[in-house]
Amino acid sequence: MADKKFTEDHEWIEMDGITGRVGISAYAQEQLGDIVFVELPEVGTTFAKGDEVAVVESVKAASEVYAPVGGEVVAVNAALEGEPGLVNESAEEDGWFFEIKPADAGELDELMDQAAYNDHIAD
Amino acid sequence: MRYLPLTDDDRRAMLATIGVRSVDDLFIDVPDAARLDDLIDLPRHQGELAVERDMSGLAAQSVAAGSVPFFCGAGAYRHHVPATVDHLIQRSEFLTAYTPYQPEIAQGTLQYLYEFQSQVALLTGMEVANASLYDGSTGTAEAVIMANRVTRRKKAVLSGALHPHYAQVVKTTLQYDGSEIVEAPLVSDGQESLADMIDDKTSCVVVQTPDLFGHLHDYAALADAAHAKGALLIIVVTEIVSLGALKSPGDMGADIVVAEGQSLGVGLQFGGPYVGLFATRQKLVRQMPGRVAGETRDAAGKRGYVLTLSTREQHIRREKATSNICTNAGLCSLAFSIHLSLLGESGLQKLAALNHAMASRAADRLATIPGVTVLNDTFFNEFTLQLPVAAAPVVDQLAQQNIIAGVPVSRLVPGQAEDLLLVAVTETTTDEDVEALARALSAIVEGASS
Amino acid sequence: MMNKQGRPTNTGDAGDTGSAARIETATGHYGLDHNEPLIFEQGVPGRSGVDLPEIPDAPSRLGGLARADQIGLPDLTEPDVMRHYVRLSRKNYAIDMGLFPLGSCTMKHNPRLNEKMARQPGFFDVHPLQPESTIQGALAVMDELTHWLTTLTGMPAVALSPKAGAHGEFCGMMAIRAAHEAAGEGATRTRVLVPESAHGTNPATAAQLGLKVDSIPATEEGRVDLEAFRAKLGPDVAGIMLTNPNTCGLFERDIRAIADAIHDVGGYFYCDGANFNAIVGRVRPGDLGVDAMHINLHKTFSTPHGGGGPGAGPVVLSEALAPFAPHPWVVGDKDGLHLVEHDGDQGDDAPAFGRLTAFHGQMGMYSRALTYMKSHGTDGLRQVAEDSVLSANYVLARLKDHMSAPFEGPCMHEALFDDRFLEGTGVTTLDFAKAMIDEGFHPMTMYFPLVVHGAMLIEPTETESKQSLDIFCDSLLALAEGAKGNDKERFTAAPHFAPTGRLDETLAARKPNLRWSVAQKPLEAAE
Repeated sequence: MADKKFTEDHEWIEMDGITGRVGISAYAQEQLGDIVFVELPEVGTTFAKGDEVAVVESVKAASEVYAPVGGEVVAVNAALEGEPGLVNESAEEDGWFFEIKPADAGELDELMDQAAYNDHIAD
Repeated sequence: MRYLPLTDDDRRAMLATIGVRSVDDLFIDVPDAARLDDLIDLPRHQGELAVERDMSGLAAQSVAAGSVPFFCGAGAYRHHVPATVDHLIQRSEFLTAYTPYQPEIAQGTLQYLYEFQSQVALLTGMEVANASLYDGSTGTAEAVIMANRVTRRKKAVLSGALHPHYAQVVKTTLQYDGSEIVEAPLVSDGQESLADMIDDKTSCVVVQTPDLFGHLHDYAALADAAHAKGALLIIVVTEIVSLGALKSPGDMGADIVVAEGQSLGVGLQFGGPYVGLFATRQKLVRQMPGRVAGETRDAAGKRGYVLTLSTREQHIRREKATSNICTNAGLCSLAFSIHLSLLGESGLQKLAALNHAMASRAADRLATIPGVTVLNDTFFNEFTLQLPVAAAPVVDQLAQQNIIAGVPVSRLVPGQAEDLLLVAVTETTTDEDVEALARALSAIVEGASS
Repeated sequence: MMNKQGRPTNTGDAGDTGSAARIETATGHYGLDHNEPLIFEQGVPGRSGVDLPEIPDAPSRLGGLARADQIGLPDLTEPDVMRHYVRLSRKNYAIDMGLFPLGSCTMKHNPRLNEKMARQPGFFDVHPLQPESTIQGALAVMDELTHWLTTLTGMPAVALSPKAGAHGEFCGMMAIRAAHEAAGEGATRTRVLVPESAHGTNPATAAQLGLKVDSIPATEEGRVDLEAFRAKLGPDVAGIMLTNPNTCGLFERDIRAIADAIHDVGGYFYCDGANFNAIVGRVRPGDLGVDAMHINLHKTFSTPHGGGGPGAGPVVLSEALAPFAPHPWVVGDKDGLHLVEHDGDQGDDAPAFGRLTAFHGQMGMYSRALTYMKSHGTDGLRQVAEDSVLSANYVLARLKDHMSAPFEGPCMHEALFDDRFLEGTGVTTLDFAKAMIDEGFHPMTMYFPLVVHGAMLIEPTETESKQSLDIFCDSLLALAEGAKGNDKERFTAAPHFAPTGRLDETLAARKPNLRWSVAQKPLEAAE
């Protein structure tokens, strides 16, 4: 399995074959506090890189989740509907949001690796 | 001045603490050209007695509904409000509280809002309701906006028997957001088929029961037709007391129910403030506009209430909010809730039955006037009379005889259905009132046709 | 992704519901603090709070649509209902109980004469669609209110019908949109400039009108950055939405220049009048170049907030925007006052703007506000502005060396603080606010405006005495000292002396329980 890549907006993507799983970083969930609701995209929808794909809500804030790469959404994490707290408990594993099939794998190269992301959030 | 506690000594001491010489120094950021040195040309302050005299003089120039035989409805109904309601809503802790943003010291407001939401959900037969909107008409516009958002479509179909003000509010509110509003032609006979107007671009169909002309509808089939095309059904109720007697909109398959709650607790008030009731299905709750109170608990497990789902609201989501509204109808929702608590299950059902019986008797009496026809086969407490002459001048003429005979349809849609008069009868209407109207109307109609 | 707008999610240490290690009472009540069940849990079939007459015989016209099921409402008597709501009321804080320094909300004294006047049958018991000859008193209130509002603001017209501030804002912005439309520029002028300190309704309103919001940064001193504003001007600008005095409690010094610049590019100036209380009688928005401004009658003109409404938000309009006011309005001639409800009612064919609410708006608020205006008069209203500004500056002067104020004074009617003075104390703005509850006050507005960190916005209003302001300031100074000392528990576990401790907002939002139902059992105490 490949490593996670990160965006400046704190999304991560982890490729498995031709699809990638997307979520928000552990750092992001910590900043947001208790997540109370996640609005997920419809499977089959296509997004461009940077499009607003999902919304994550804490008690007092709502934030957009942007597509780290362009492509078609092929699956969503239905478990989040009943248990949005999964994002807090396991942001980078069980709390994933959706799976996307990148249209242009080249876009992955523009993202940060774990080390670069760590530097990014340390700033 | 009786409302201003600062004395001149206080003001001097405060200016000294601030370190300025005069209050003018505090307005230093105001551009010179805009700073007024003189008083604006309006009357000076007055004592309570003088103001009361002045305002009472104005009030005396209106004819109070309760002082004459009175038959107006069309979206606002005169019902008896128990004395307890006004006493309770004037308690300082309700009247002069703010929006309950600090739940620890606003449990009174939050709990009654939760109870209000529960009452509205039960009455409408829906799963959830919000803590109220401004009124029924603005609530209807909010419902269409919500339906557009849920369906990601932009075309709303409005019934031709929807209250014309409501239709105008929808059209005005949505005129610049790219929506298409399709209005069915005015239909006064209760026979309207909207199913054909629904296509796969339609976000919602908006209907009313009892409709503008008083006809009752079962919209179950229309709900199915709408759902088959992926559209939502919005049912509007302008007389909430009717739900004490009638099958609920929820039972008909409505996705959103909007109602005017004015009939309970609020009073006529010349049109406002009123209280908009808004209910929907559980699955759509996060798309619902308006404030909402929810149950939760504190660490000891004690039950309490908070405003919740606030991430939908404008102060968080700003341009992505479900609505730009940030006010509910707080005190009017309290009045509604108290009145409904006093009525209870048995009281509301009896009140509704009483309204219906009184209206039914009145319709039968008025139908005996030669040349006058009751248009309705079905109605709750309001029906439509067809007169042999234009209704508006008749109403004006009757007003001169101290009878407020109802609402001419042409008052709402100028130039249309000029012979139709909407007549509402509630528990406040007496048999003598009906008789007075019947006789006076009869005389005018006979005079006109002879 | 990291949108942290709004207030923080940290509700503090919910593990402490207050310091009072209370004994268990058998009833669950604690003296005057009653543990009041839901009204649904108190019903007894057979009771009733009304005595209705017998139902006369009459044929049913329900056409087979009679309700077949029970609604599910509880049955109670009048004493049951009275006691329920009185007990609930006692869990609320209110202006009538004490100082309510909620910034940008203008929680001033609500005179009871207003209530009495609004309840006169000639205003209260009048149907909105009665014949014109029977509503002259109600129309006179609208007419006089129009005169007061236009004169106080120096604007030629007012649309009375908006139901509250946000609705008024919508009305004003819609007039601007309609004016551009009428000039054939509706499709091109779609950008609205909004300062970043603006209230959240501004962008929400613009979005509903198909307009795009473009944010203008603030200067170091909390005002619109004039240069940044000028740089954003262009032919696609519909207008600017500006709150003045602004949400930092400051008067926008450059307001004339802003108005001129926006007019030069063909845009309009919408002013959010939420803070009119600071300038009423001393400054007329018409003299500032404003084209439209809503006025919250429930703020400046003392109609009660009622726990969150009803409000009223009339919009004053300039000559250019007056033709785009929604129906209805009042005109007078020798026969009396007339209500213009439709196009063509005045005999012309003015362009249709439409209607923003059924009927004529918030009559109940008009009569209250007019009563208040007549009570204060032009001299009293000017004093209102002066005393409200004086009081806010007094609070600022007394607190600024012990708390932290982000901007130099003088302020207008509200004083803004940030949370720098709490740095390193472990006490947040929220904790500080909750500790104010224990002191017997309603907290100030927190975390708004968003342009300063941990904002605390204090608006004392003109109806507090100096003694009251001093007690308030002394209390805040003591709290600030306590926070800087080692008294963290006092704050993080606050409020200790409220009917309830901090509540679990996460639970409320994750599993929304928004209504009672038969199946629902009262929450058990946590194990």
